[in-house]
Amino acid sequence: MPDTLLKVRNLNAWYGESYILHDLNFDVHRGEVVTLLGRNGAGKTTTLKTIMGMLKQHTGSVTFAEKEMLNLTSDEVARSGIVLCPEERGIFSSLSVEENLLLPPVLQAGGMTIHEIYELFPILKERAASRGTHLSGGEQQMLAIARILRTGATLLLLDEPTEGLAPVIIEQIGSILSEIKKRGFTILLVEQNFYFASSIADRHYVIEEGHVIDEIKNTELEQNTEKLKNYLGI
Amino acid sequence: MAELLGMPPQLFFGQLLLGLINGAFYAMLSLGLAIIFGMLQIVNFAHGATYMVGAFGAWMLMNYLGIGFWPALILTPLIVALLGVILERLVLKHLYDLDHLYGMLATFGLALIIEGLFRQAYGISGLPYEIPTQLQGGTNLGFMFLPNYRAFVVLMSIILCFGTWYLIERTKMGMYLRATTENRELVRAFGIKVPRLITATFALGVGLAAFAGVMAAPIYQVNPLMGNNLIIVIFAVVVIGGMGSILGATLAGYLVGLVEGLTKAYYPEASSTVVFILMIIVLIVRPSGLFGKEQ
Repeated sequence: MPDTLLKVRNLNAWYGESYILHDLNFDVHRGEVVTLLGRNGAGKTTTLKTIMGMLKQHTGSVTFAEKEMLNLTSDEVARSGIVLCPEERGIFSSLSVEENLLLPPVLQAGGMTIHEIYELFPILKERAASRGTHLSGGEQQMLAIARILRTGATLLLLDEPTEGLAPVIIEQIGSILSEIKKRGFTILLVEQNFYFASSIADRHYVIEEGHVIDEIKNTELEQNTEKLKNYLGI
Repeated sequence: MAELLGMPPQLFFGQLLLGLINGAFYAMLSLGLAIIFGMLQIVNFAHGATYMVGAFGAWMLMNYLGIGFWPALILTPLIVALLGVILERLVLKHLYDLDHLYGMLATFGLALIIEGLFRQAYGISGLPYEIPTQLQGGTNLGFMFLPNYRAFVVLMSIILCFGTWYLIERTKMGMYLRATTENRELVRAFGIKVPRLITATFALGVGLAAFAGVMAAPIYQVNPLMGNNLIIVIFAVVVIGGMGSILGATLAGYLVGLVEGLTKAYYPEASSTVVFILMIIVLIVRPSGLFGKEQ
């Protein structure tokens, strides 16, 4: 029996009048990298935000380490051990690179130290005193990932970390995520770039119109390539 | 040195000093207003009333409890900050998700209620408050006579503005404040108790206004309308400095005070409008204010 860290059951969510998630179900096991694949507007980002407690209108259940997360505020979810790296990266322009790194408080033991983070991301050490938004897009993405590793959260929610980046940077981010995975973090990754996703993930869920339409193991990816291309419209 | 820029030096420096004193108060008040706007996204029309309550706080402590200026300088901002916490929890927190207009109207209404209550109780003729004995008298600088208390006000204002700048730009609490001003949702999702941070910021802002009020009590008369007269100028100061900029609010405070003082010396008729002329010029040349970020 795998150790299920995150269990999403019959999750429904709304943005005002629009009904985004329809009875969503999936699991993430401890130590896994799981991706949510799907076209634009399928509800991937909404899923992450709902897990994180950032949306107010929802029904169903999200349990993390056996504890119900739905109806908690986002700061309470964070203190339970989940942290989000948002799609727009959320680098603060009024904070230096180092302040951006130190902003998310350490909420549990077991996170990486600032020293370990600088070892993994040497560029951030070089640019520690710069304004956060003076970094290049790729550097900002690294900063956005780096700063959530300190918090001690065990589940990382990464929202399209490769969006808008050059292939060489995407490759770097891929190897960083593999390194993070080796250190025992569990990752729920939202991606549109399924080549990138297939390079690091264990399993993929395909989401369409707010529900899971398929689950594909990374090892069975090859025989399912055509199906997947069809789902994603590529 | 019989004349300086076409007028007797005593008059010139006298007006400059007056401008500097007013500027010291503008800076202390616009600072709090800028911090509150940054965090709560509320244009706090009750800020002038808070300043007035600060002055009355000092007067009441003195006249009802016999507590002098120095303890009042600490006690009054603390009491007013506490009242601010209650106000924020009871009223303002319901306004954050609404249009700015609601915050403006609510705080405007609060200002009217607070000022009305004090008017009812104390009239509008103004109450005297003594300069503390240690700061009575003045120093002859040769070219002008500098009252000690006024020098103290300028000094305290500079210390207070620098302290607030330091708190916001150089401390961990300030880092949280800056980040929350930019992206409240994300800061909260990192596990920081943002609502508590917002309450604390409001308390800090109104505490600063109350501190300015206590400092003002010995200079201006303690009057229920003293904040009302000031608030519009303070808004102009914040606009000139750049909405949300701490440094801008502080420097624009002194700038506006000095410009006002000099106008009083050269062309007194324009002294109460010059602030708004300055504001219009700044808005034409730099719409986001002298130190504001371009949107």
